Amino acid sequence: MIKTSGPARLRRPGPSPSQRLSTFTQQPKLAYAFVERTVALMKRYWLWEVVWIIYSITTSLSVAYIGLAAPAITGEQVDPATTSRFVLYLLVGTIAWRFLGIVFEDIAEIIAWEKWEGTIEYTFMAPVPRLTHLIGMSIGTILRAAVISILVLFAVVLFIDVDLSRANALSAVALLGVGTMAFIGLGIASACFPLIWTEKGLQMAYIVQAVVLLVSGVYYPTTVLPGWLQALSVISPATYVIEGMRQALLDGADLVTLWPLVWPALLIGALSIPIGLRLFISAERYAKRTGRLKRSG
Amino acid sequence: MAGSALLAQRVSKSFRGSRNGKQIRAVDDVSLSVRRGEIYGLLGANGSGKSTLIRLFSTLLEADAGEVRVFGHDVGLEELTVKRLINRVSVEASFFKKLSAMENLVYAGRLYGVDARASRATASTILRRLGIPSARFDEPLEKLSRGMQQKVSIARAFLSTPMLLLLDEPTTGLDIRSKREVQTFVRDLRDEHDASILLTTHDLDEAERLADRIGIIHGGRLVAEGTSDELRERFGGDLESVFMTVTGRSIVDDAE
Repeated sequence: MIKTSGPARLRRPGPSPSQRLSTFTQQPKLAYAFVERTVALMKRYWLWEVVWIIYSITTSLSVAYIGLAAPAITGEQVDPATTSRFVLYLLVGTIAWRFLGIVFEDIAEIIAWEKWEGTIEYTFMAPVPRLTHLIGMSIGTILRAAVISILVLFAVVLFIDVDLSRANALSAVALLGVGTMAFIGLGIASACFPLIWTEKGLQMAYIVQAVVLLVSGVYYPTTVLPGWLQALSVISPATYVIEGMRQALLDGADLVTLWPLVWPALLIGALSIPIGLRLFISAERYAKRTGRLKRSG
Repeated sequence: MAGSALLAQRVSKSFRGSRNGKQIRAVDDVSLSVRRGEIYGLLGANGSGKSTLIRLFSTLLEADAGEVRVFGHDVGLEELTVKRLINRVSVEASFFKKLSAMENLVYAGRLYGVDARASRATASTILRRLGIPSARFDEPLEKLSRGMQQKVSIARAFLSTPMLLLLDEPTTGLDIRSKREVQTFVRDLRDEHDASILLTTHDLDEAERLADRIGIIHGGRLVAEGTSDELRERFGGDLESVFMTVTGRSIVDDAE
């Protein structure tokens, strides 16, 4: 009998309850494989990590010095408190964006990186549910982003006097956590591009990142943007996260005060992860149908 | 067929050509089975469809038509179950180049639920048996020779103790000594672990040396199948003559 082996026309045989439990308890161990791999690769590519950290520190410092140079640039007298606030405003943007950018890039590069290493077929052949794979990769990348961002923060404080006397660190971290979820979803969705367009996919992911940077008010209020770009800023999770972190760190706002910024970011995160996962699974099937699930070169 | 480790029935796969957009049929109505505990050699020239078949069997490609079952499980409908039963060695070693052999193997083991300690112990045994000195276990893979990388690749495949092992030209590019070591290892492990093995090759000597049965694939079609004795008897001459008779080409010329 001939039958196509396309999408499930037959009902899949379901696992028994004990099999389900065993499969469920296996998932943290399987996810850990990707965390351990990320850490091992960080160690082996340590020189590149050092380069990336130095680049991040110098970029953040450069942005902060724009704030310190405000009086010289504008030719106006600016009181020290205002300058200090301006510097912190910029620093929140640059460091939060550094963190969220690493999360996005690492996840968006999941496919492209493995194609380049030549390991993609082995990762996708392994008996690991795609959700577990992506959770493991996300945990690994959050660790990497946290290490780099904390080092950048410490380095910047060595160079520039930052006034954090009113900061509500807990609110800021909570907002960053919410934003991280949304960026994971965005990264997963963007990781589909290299599955569909083998050659140009990664460039497309970087374009998404660049547009998010432009519209999210990382270094300026979104109100300065033209109307059509402001419309895009409404759907960017970074808009709410960075504005909320600024209010928390500059003015000490608590989560209750920040709720109008928290819920849209939460909503985007809650939507972007399942949508991103759905898109990823569809792109994987497309790649399997068209023979694109293979190493580059 | 009951009791088959791998059963493929009327499998076809086409791809759109990158230059003219025309459909190219890489696998054309192929039916074959690998029995439990058997080494099945799939012999074919470059571009004959061997690797596409392996990719179809290892869940990396979806067939346009036909059915593939691994120990009775449909590769499309029971993908995770099938993945737990198989492993593969490809012609390229395919590792994280900066990670050491041991780091790569521990990672690969974890993906199949093998903990790090067990992976290290098993990997050390296999790698030593394949002639890799333990001093090289922790060197980045990129510093190992192609032959050593391929041996690590074989260790990776056996680490998960697969019921069905798909070996896609595992000895291509290896020197004679490494080739012999790998061939001996494959045969020994089949005998010791009762694994079923599908081996693709364009090396007639390897097919004859290792395979219990041989299938000859040409232009995406399975054109002959049997033990090497049966094939010689049916078509006359040695295996090279058999290949020439059923494909109209010399595998030696095609391989080059």
